[in-house]
Amino acid sequence: MTNSFTDITPSLRRRHARETRFKWMGKIAIIIAVSFLLVMVGSIAWLGSGALKQTRVQLNVHLDAAQIDAAAVADANYGKLIKTALLDRFPEVTKRRDKKSLYGLVSYDAAYALHDRVVAEPGLIGQDLRMWFVASDDLDMLIKGNLETTGDENRRRFSDKQLGWINSLKEEGAIKSVFNVAFFTTGDSREPELAGVLGAFVGTAFTLLVCFCLSFPIGIMAAIYLEEFAKKNRWNDLIEVNINNLAAVPSIVFGLLGLAVFLNVFGLPRSSPLVGGMVLALMTLPTIIIAARAALRAVPPSIREAALGIGATQIQTVFHHVAPLALPGMLTGAIVGMARALGETAPLLMIGMVAFIVDIPGSVVQPATALPVQIFLWADSPERAFLEKTSAAIIVLIVFLILMNLVAILLRNKYSQRF
Amino acid sequence: MGNLPTAPFVSSNKTRRRLGEFVVYVLLITSALVAVAVTIGIVFSLAFEAYHFFQLISWQDFLFGTKWSPQTAIRSDQVGAEGSFGVLPLVVGTLLISAIAMAIATPLGLASAIYLAEYATPRARSIIKPMLEILAGIPTVVYGFFAALMIAPFIRMTGSSIGLEVASESALAAGIAMGIMIVPLISSLSDDVINSVPQSLRDASYGLGATQAETIRKVILPAALPGISGSLLLATSTAIGETMIVVMAAGMAANLSVNPLDAVTTVTVQIVSLLTGDQEFDSAKTLSAFALGIMLFCVTLVLNVIAQKIVKHFREQYD
Amino acid sequence: MDTKGKIQVSAKDVNVFYGDKQALQNITLDVKSNKVTSFIGPSGCGKTTFLKCINRMNDLIDICRVEGNILVAGQDIYDKSVDMVALRAHVGMVFQKPNPFPKSIFENVAYGMKIHNMTSSKSELADRVEDSLRRAALWDEVKDRLDQPGTGLSGGQQQRLCIARTIAVQPKVILMDEPASALDPIATAKIEELIHELKQNFTIIIVTHSMQQAARVSQQTAFFHLGNLVEFGKTTDIFTNPQDERTQNYITGRIG
Ligand SMILES: Nc1ncnc2c1ncn2[C@@H]1O[C@H](COP(=O)(O)OP(=O)(O)O)[C@@H](O)[C@H]1O
Ligand SMILES: [Mg+2]
Repeated sequence: MTNSFTDITPSLRRRHARETRFKWMGKIAIIIAVSFLLVMVGSIAWLGSGALKQTRVQLNVHLDAAQIDAAAVADANYGKLIKTALLDRFPEVTKRRDKKSLYGLVSYDAAYALHDRVVAEPGLIGQDLRMWFVASDDLDMLIKGNLETTGDENRRRFSDKQLGWINSLKEEGAIKSVFNVAFFTTGDSREPELAGVLGAFVGTAFTLLVCFCLSFPIGIMAAIYLEEFAKKNRWNDLIEVNINNLAAVPSIVFGLLGLAVFLNVFGLPRSSPLVGGMVLALMTLPTIIIAARAALRAVPPSIREAALGIGATQIQTVFHHVAPLALPGMLTGAIVGMARALGETAPLLMIGMVAFIVDIPGSVVQPATALPVQIFLWADSPERAFLEKTSAAIIVLIVFLILMNLVAILLRNKYSQRF
Repeated sequence: MGNLPTAPFVSSNKTRRRLGEFVVYVLLITSALVAVAVTIGIVFSLAFEAYHFFQLISWQDFLFGTKWSPQTAIRSDQVGAEGSFGVLPLVVGTLLISAIAMAIATPLGLASAIYLAEYATPRARSIIKPMLEILAGIPTVVYGFFAALMIAPFIRMTGSSIGLEVASESALAAGIAMGIMIVPLISSLSDDVINSVPQSLRDASYGLGATQAETIRKVILPAALPGISGSLLLATSTAIGETMIVVMAAGMAANLSVNPLDAVTTVTVQIVSLLTGDQEFDSAKTLSAFALGIMLFCVTLVLNVIAQKIVKHFREQYD
Repeated sequence: MDTKGKIQVSAKDVNVFYGDKQALQNITLDVKSNKVTSFIGPSGCGKTTFLKCINRMNDLIDICRVEGNILVAGQDIYDKSVDMVALRAHVGMVFQKPNPFPKSIFENVAYGMKIHNMTSSKSELADRVEDSLRRAALWDEVKDRLDQPGTGLSGGQQQRLCIARTIAVQPKVILMDEPASALDPIATAKIEELIHELKQNFTIIIVTHSMQQAARVSQQTAFFHLGNLVEFGKTTDIFTNPQDERTQNYITGRIG
């Protein structure tokens, strides 16, 4: 046997090859996980970007004085005026079925929009009014290129005849895309072209507010007790084990608790952010306690000794000296907990925040839904147009999530060099 | 003459301060006890409703029944008016999806953890770790949406192109999404565990002329095994309790099947479907959700307790 | 082949840096075959650092940089063509704190032979494990519990297990970094006796902060101080007739 360690034997070469393969396994695993993330977020963002645009159709409406009673402007049949305007534009349409599909080009919101306009400006009565109306979801999808325009007519949303009308509207410049303000300023709707996320957003904000107001104080007080006062004994061990286990209880079980106790025993209002926030508070409590304890532990003992040394009681020491120093850390933990609560859906389903709610909630006891639940509801809707709404709502949710985590990271970075 | 002046450290308002501090102290303890109260609340409320359920349906029928169709009858004298509450199809469905998820997440999560802990440069680590944290932070409703929208059709297309029949909502689609969701959980826990294996063991192995892969496979992983198995148990418990992914991608059909291409349903999906929409509170149908809930709670609790015991033991060994 | 008295390890102008900080300056020394060479010096003077240069364990520390030449068996080990795995099989190491693997005693000793595919059969492996344990003077104490975890042994036994594990791979050079510093006097005496035996077959370099130990076990001694090799020569010379004032101060207990 030679003593040389430079000439590589075949067996050694095999071992090095195995080493390379092994290292690549790790790389490939990470590549798979990261590319899944990119594909998922990327495709959803791409789908959701469509929801930022809204298609509008321009119509020339004749505000026939015979149809609108000047004394009761609000009571006129504006839907009929819209239909008339459509028929005037396409006089060749006579068959009942064709008329119906022609009316389907604009959203049913058009009548309301016209109503609002005329009520605001009664002077328009008797004149012709050129006005932009929200297109129906099907037309919107067509304009965004999401629908088939060739192939078997029976399997398409739009027949060639309908496509002809739409093309003629396009040619005269009566179809345009605008930024979809309504998506961010309205609540839910059965009509995809009118549905917005504001209602769900406000619901989520209320829910998180309740969640924070409950879980933060309770969480830090529990942490202070466990970290600063609790002696090592069986009871406190039990509390500790309990908290660790609670952190791993499936979220839906908290929903069941909320349903059985908050709704059925206490009779709190169903579907309300109050109950949603309470349930999420119980769920985030362990996270907050664990983070707050870590923050307290990071405060050097010398600070406690200094305070105790000048005659402060233990409670004074903790509340005047230790807790303020640990506060940023505790807050960071709380925000991270809130961010997780933000995405929770299952427990909210249990307590009825899954209802169809059009109005923007005005308080924590009014029925509301939450962003993730809204996503769930829209994802379940058959209309093609809800697909992009769902994706857009997901993007809103993720942006919200990122903002919260960013705040947490900034807080941590700002205060972490203190000790 | 008479009395000595009071010593300066005998404060007269001592009792008042004592009282105030006592109140604060009680408040602190109460807060800590809230966590215990929540657990007790969960156990009692679930047990209470489940008790009513088991007065209507025998526990043998529940645990060993093979048919799940909890619809309540329109007329009370109808055949099968009570519905069937055999939980086996749900249990099998839950286990099937969890098994698929773990089969995907375990190799990916472990390999990622090994790479992060042993191979990655600090720079690579500082990029990859946040990526995985984002993956972990994405709400499960998003995974569910993606599974239903992209993964399921993809599997169905691939399946039919090779002549397999795939349900539109397959266990596989839900399992894949759930698997990816769990990867960061396994990788971050295992990363911690691998990092806590003492450097001296690595040195010993390198000192004998082992390659890095040999050191990892034959020294580090065996030493970290208890901690890693703890993290796998926690991940399994998460998979079993996961709700939104399965609600959106696995479906409602209570098939007793272990074929990943079939539609199956899970315990959590049924809880959601039983309790959303209109409910009469005392029907067996509604109450059965709580029986499912307590079962879910017990199973995940046992897994967690074991996992935490193992991990704690592991940490004590090397601290 | 009789290599007794030949130069096994030869260092020329070795400089080692941790980041910007220089830990060793211009170390030049030759270690002879089948002798025990000890490195002594106050803590932090770079003994461990130099030891780790000899089997390139320093490569595992990102910020560590080695300049100069170190030859083992005539081959520059910092040459590109050198395979670290083969090098470390040739130059074994025993660490300051006993670090048995959390495996059985048998597996601890068999580990190195297994990864290097050194045995062709199970019985050969068992024979070699027994032989290594005997040579490490541990066999009689553990022969009935080879399947028990190595971590269950006493500190002194653990360290001898680590030595058995190292010699099982049949290195030519064994590096020992304060192998007895964590042990009680009786265990230390056993290790020293063992070192005495092992020098028949191996070239041994031992770091120690105990001058008595250096005097007892080694034939050659190198004295390090603040990253410099101050004095190197026959152990008896260093202890009875130090040339440098710093060496004299150290062995009389004035520094260190
Ligand atoms: N991993 C390291 N990173 C940075 N500096 C180190 C490292 N290891 C050792 N050093 C420094 O190198 C010098 C020599 O250390 P060492 O070789 O361990 O000394 P000895 O073994 O003689 O006590 C010391 O000043 C020490 O601080
Ligand atoms: Mg040292």
